[in-house]
Amino acid sequence: MADGNGYKVVGTRPIRHDGVDKVTGRAKYGADLNFPDMLFGKILRSPHAHAKIVSIDVSRALAHPGVKDIVTSKDLPILSENILAEDKVFYKGHAIVGLAAVDVHTAEEALSLIDIEYEVLPAVTDVAKAIREDSVVLHQSLTTNTLGEKTGKPTNISSHVRHQNGDVEAGFAEADVVVERTFTTQTVHQGYIEPITATAKYNPDGELTVWTSTQGAFNVRQQVAGILDCPASKVRVVPLEIGGGFGGKTTVYVAPVAALLAMRTGQIVKVTMTRDEVFEGTGPAPATLIRLKMGATKDGRITAADTDLFYEGGAYPGSAVGAGANCMFAAYKIPNLMIDGFDVVVNKPSSHAYRAPGAPNSSFAAECVIDEICQKLDLDPLEFRMINGAKEGDRNPIGPRHGKIGYLETVEAAQTHDHYQVEVGNGKLRGRGVASGYWGNGAGRSSVNLTVNQDGTIMLLEGSTDIGGTRASIAMQAAEVLGIAAEDVRPAVVDTNSIGETGVTGGSRTTHATGLVAIRAAESVIEQMKEKLADHWEVNLNQVDFADGTFLNSDNQISFKEAARICSPVVGSVTESTTGAGGAFGTHVVDVEVDEDTGKVEVLRYTAVQDVGTAIHPSYAEGQIQGGAVQGIGWALSEEYVYDQKGQMVNASFLDYRMPTSYDTPMVDTVMVEVPNPGHPFGVRGVGEVPLVPPLAAIANAVSRAIGVRMTHLPMNPGSVLKALNKI
Amino acid sequence: MSRKVHVQTQINGENVEFLCEPRQSMLEVLRNELDLTGAKEGCNNGNCGACTIIVEGRPVNSCCMLGVEAEGKEIQTIEGVATPEGLHPLQQKFLEHAALQCGICTPGFIMNAKVLLETNPNPTEEEVRFWLAGNLCRCTGYDKIIRAVLDTTETTGVSTNG
Repeated sequence: MADGNGYKVVGTRPIRHDGVDKVTGRAKYGADLNFPDMLFGKILRSPHAHAKIVSIDVSRALAHPGVKDIVTSKDLPILSENILAEDKVFYKGHAIVGLAAVDVHTAEEALSLIDIEYEVLPAVTDVAKAIREDSVVLHQSLTTNTLGEKTGKPTNISSHVRHQNGDVEAGFAEADVVVERTFTTQTVHQGYIEPITATAKYNPDGELTVWTSTQGAFNVRQQVAGILDCPASKVRVVPLEIGGGFGGKTTVYVAPVAALLAMRTGQIVKVTMTRDEVFEGTGPAPATLIRLKMGATKDGRITAADTDLFYEGGAYPGSAVGAGANCMFAAYKIPNLMIDGFDVVVNKPSSHAYRAPGAPNSSFAAECVIDEICQKLDLDPLEFRMINGAKEGDRNPIGPRHGKIGYLETVEAAQTHDHYQVEVGNGKLRGRGVASGYWGNGAGRSSVNLTVNQDGTIMLLEGSTDIGGTRASIAMQAAEVLGIAAEDVRPAVVDTNSIGETGVTGGSRTTHATGLVAIRAAESVIEQMKEKLADHWEVNLNQVDFADGTFLNSDNQISFKEAARICSPVVGSVTESTTGAGGAFGTHVVDVEVDEDTGKVEVLRYTAVQDVGTAIHPSYAEGQIQGGAVQGIGWALSEEYVYDQKGQMVNASFLDYRMPTSYDTPMVDTVMVEVPNPGHPFGVRGVGEVPLVPPLAAIANAVSRAIGVRMTHLPMNPGSVLKALNKI
Repeated sequence: MSRKVHVQTQINGENVEFLCEPRQSMLEVLRNELDLTGAKEGCNNGNCGACTIIVEGRPVNSCCMLGVEAEGKEIQTIEGVATPEGLHPLQQKFLEHAALQCGICTPGFIMNAKVLLETNPNPTEEEVRFWLAGNLCRCTGYDKIIRAVLDTTETTGVSTNG
């Protein structure tokens, strides 16, 4: 295997294998399949944020011409309340009834003919109110699991976790400066451009096929089989191209309903969400309330941190508060620490993963307080990070020791970057902010099958859906081992009947884990070919070597391609529960200008530094960093779920939920630091999630320095900036 | 359900006839009646640009156009951009610059950028960003898309803002 810097394929920038289909409109995404006789499904959703369902009458809808079938939670073999609500709805948009009709318009008409009687209940859509003793309680059966003990008292706080180390009071006593702030962030959505969709076919012999766009076909299979109470072997999930996910497509919403309708009607059924359904009926990232107190000595050493994290789980428990706690201080050495994390239910959609789930929220608080400490101590914020930053062997303050990491390398690269050297100000309200961020990255189950064609090219089958160029990054790793060109490996993402179990394309795990399995499969191919060549050459196996794409012994030397013809047939197939994911850090530098009349914040310049381990395809690694940074610009400046007094989201469209456009953003300069991860043969670290962690604080720090007021609430839209400037 | 209307139009240089209900959008006709699924539905109300097609030389969100409005018009969709000789230069530059990740917004960007370059062959970075502001991309942060479009023109200098 290649090692050191001698790679031939790793680190190059080939055209992605699936590229032509995607620039010509030929690639088939989730909603792109049409079948003759296909029905269109629609879902009736709750108009109320919190209500009891008194009765459901579908008779008028069922009589509507063109309507074929209607289902409610009673028809689900296994109840799943977030798929179809049972007797209560917990948020506006909560699914209640599914129906299938001959076309989408007929289905929409029929929705309006369903009669549901509700008993409307008071709603709570704010974590700060939901934790109060006098709050409306969503689930009477929910009691707090506090540090492993159940309180037995109905509440909205589902769990309380704690990380404790040292003595925080002693730590604060030792500090020369102590900053305490409370931060709030609002609910934000992953914002994938392709709405949730699924198409299902059921045959009379019990075979169910689901075509969908998902981050994990095997997860869809498990969830659909579980809810419909049928064996996994009867469910085939075909992952079509996926139009963005960012964590949001790691669970199912409409697939079980499409499958149920297909089972009952015998026809193929497609269910596709509208954009407002996506906002109101899928899992966004939680709003949070975070109090943080931190102390440091005058020479810039952190002495203690004490924080309370309140994360909205939405309608059901399960926010990412745990990951938020794990990542919050990972970049630093902190001797005295207390983290209390609370998962809180509110009348909003059940929260779900969004790129580094939990970490952007908590890091926003940590990195803003650090910036304020730096201002009070008149210390350069990057220098402060050099003093306190973690390196190999240091502990993440919540416990585990870091392996080989490249945090300080990112800070150094930011310090020496041209961006950090030039002045930001020119008399206007301009400021520069910096912040760091961490994500632990994932590994886990992956499977790859390599077929060696007689001409020496390779068919690569994988279970990892390709959300941003992983066909290329996986194929390149196999090609590197086999000593052939990236173009000679043809990767394909296949269905759940055709490959071993594979986890989601999430947790920044795919290029690491599926890449590692592709390497193992390629090594298996080499071993098999050596054995066959030993027979062919009539020598012992240990006399056959493979190096630089060539098989050789003392008398023979042939290329991989020549060997392929001799050795055919050869298949290398590996399925493995991988480990060795390397955590990774990023440090971002951003310049902003604030318009003091309108309160609008313009991002002038953005530089994102990240330890990527080893970039397999540098263009797509850069792309992950740029995309994450711009999602962060949106989270920081313009994106939020806006609720009215009745708990109704009032901005469920792309017009009113403001994601950054090309006109709102600058070029994003990326600096990839490469500190190879020892847990991967080529040193890969996950790349995708880290870049969404630093931007919120980096931009808040820039705005705070620009206007001289510490910003503690997101988004920093014109209204909140004018308020900070005391202009409204 | 209302009576269907007979529509005669031209799509990607071919004469095309179809039947559609008056309430069906052009996007729905393309995707569900003609099986031209390259135009994508991201929002169905004109805010994301994923369904952009070219009608009489102008970029149009096909979700905001009725199928019956295609009568007598000349329409281009992403399916007609490449030729048997190869990809359009924009398509090639998108690939070279890695200007797509998931790819769902790509057809819309290419259609809109194609009209930009036909009307303004040498746009500045500012002009490209302004022109494409109606096309949302959630993956790339736009950087590589803007570079791909600029690289398709004769413009060479791509500078960072600020």
